[in-house]
Amino acid sequence: MALDRATVERIAALARIEIAEEEADALAAELGAILGWVETLNEVDTADVAPMTSVGGHSLPWRADEVNDGGYPDRILFNAPDAAGAFFAVPKVVE
Amino acid sequence: MMRRLGVADIRAGLASGEFSAVELVEDRLAALEGAETLNAAVTLMPERALEAARAADRRRSAGEAALPLDGVPVAVKDLFCTEGVRTTASSAMLEDFVPPYESTVTANLVAAGAALAVKTNLDEFAMGSSTATSHFGPAVNPWKATGDPRPRAPGGSSGGSAALVAASVVPAALGTDTGGSIRQPAAFCGVVGLKPTYGRCSRWGIVAFASSLDQAGPLTRSVRDAAILLAAMAGHDPKDSTSAREAVPDFEAALGGGVRGLRVGVPREYRVDGMPDALDALWRKGARWLEEAGAEIVDISLPHTHYALPAYYIVAPAEASSNLARYDGVRYGLRAPAEVVEEQYARTRRAGFGAEVRRRVLIGTYVLSAGYYDAYYAKAQRVRRLIARDFEQAFGKVDAVLTPTAPTAAFPLGEKMDDPIAMYLNDVFTVPASLAGLPGVSVPAGLDGAGLPLGLQLIGRPFDEATVLRAAEALEAAAGFDAEPEFVR
Repeated sequence: MALDRATVERIAALARIEIAEEEADALAAELGAILGWVETLNEVDTADVAPMTSVGGHSLPWRADEVNDGGYPDRILFNAPDAAGAFFAVPKVVE
Repeated sequence: MMRRLGVADIRAGLASGEFSAVELVEDRLAALEGAETLNAAVTLMPERALEAARAADRRRSAGEAALPLDGVPVAVKDLFCTEGVRTTASSAMLEDFVPPYESTVTANLVAAGAALAVKTNLDEFAMGSSTATSHFGPAVNPWKATGDPRPRAPGGSSGGSAALVAASVVPAALGTDTGGSIRQPAAFCGVVGLKPTYGRCSRWGIVAFASSLDQAGPLTRSVRDAAILLAAMAGHDPKDSTSAREAVPDFEAALGGGVRGLRVGVPREYRVDGMPDALDALWRKGARWLEEAGAEIVDISLPHTHYALPAYYIVAPAEASSNLARYDGVRYGLRAPAEVVEEQYARTRRAGFGAEVRRRVLIGTYVLSAGYYDAYYAKAQRVRRLIARDFEQAFGKVDAVLTPTAPTAAFPLGEKMDDPIAMYLNDVFTVPASLAGLPGVSVPAGLDGAGLPLGLQLIGRPFDEATVLRAAEALEAAAGFDAEPEFVR
């Protein structure tokens, strides 16, 4: 599977990871090699096989729709790179 | 001589008054400081460890019943959140992250009396098989090859934990295993490493990598000690929706039963091209040991084995790309400031993630993206079901499966770093059981021609760690592995 520069740039944009201009070609080769290798899965006939989406077949438990945790904004904000009052602070997103 | 004491020895020594928990923990904390060259420690926790030791001694002098892990020094992979102690995942992204809460598994150990002494080095976000992708530099294997001074990789991603147990700095350590990250480093370092059944131990408070695969487990120097640790770690946790409700048996009591009548499968697909002769010979010897102990050896087939690794390298990166979306420089972790928030996300993730993590997030993003989801992600999930089905069918005929743990012994530091697929191949024998969610244990079974340890893996039915441990004990007894690494000689 050959990946082109444009595809790598598109994936990086989707993944929100900045990539430098000069590394796009190297990444295309590297990711292309990994994708080429995983494509060996196409040798396997899976026509009648359902995707396995969980291990062990346990159904997810239900619980009452009640608040059972919280009320400590200071702990939530403890590791925040920037905070204002009881809020996380980010660069302005509305002009 | 406290260095070689295992978990069961410590229990006996404290009970007889041979030493106090504080004496033991102080001795081991000093050993930790003397093991700096292994680069296995990220953060020391002397206060926490001594506090636990003092509490254990108080219980004893007050005549109270001892707790199962009273005074036992335990190393903790730096992927488990520890309240008030920074938890880095060996990533620049979390270099200064101090969790305001404690993971369920570490809380369980503390409640059992353990003295958590150190957070250990790992591959960044547990992505790797060498502990060389760590932001803090590679951990070092205490073993060296005869006549070869090059430092070797301890395996990964739980390499720091494995190195400290192998060097007899601590009797036990916590690791996590997504595709082999407990078992492969255990094999590389000559210790016991157990990955329990998916769901056996709570994932709550463990920095997430691939949530359908991640599982916590112990690394120890004996099978008995692994059984003791697992009993303390395991159990249902309402805070993890995939945590199993199965009862936790007394794993230690299940030991000692021997393997008479046990049917052990040897899967022909694991005999791969280029397997080192010493490993092939050891695997055959392992089967013979079990046979001599009364087990019946059965040739079996796990036909989709060859496809496990490629399936894993779609499923795991896909889940990783979703899990690691949380690192956006807003709520915790690194922030690389920018004028515009979108740019801040991209810059933060560039600055905070190392090359292997970025690679996996990009692969995961690609296989989940519109137009590629069915061709890659859904395809891998279908193949995953076939791999799980192979095991289900095998367990109709056998009670456990015996394989090598890793395809080679420990390689020199720095090797395989420029070839991701060569590095991924380290997990070729451990990934299938991970995809199927099955318990697996690596037992040190011998040395290769260069004097490096090799491990054999036993895989069992879901929630049948007891049988896996019982068979592992038989292997351990037959192998009589008592070699010590160069680091302690």
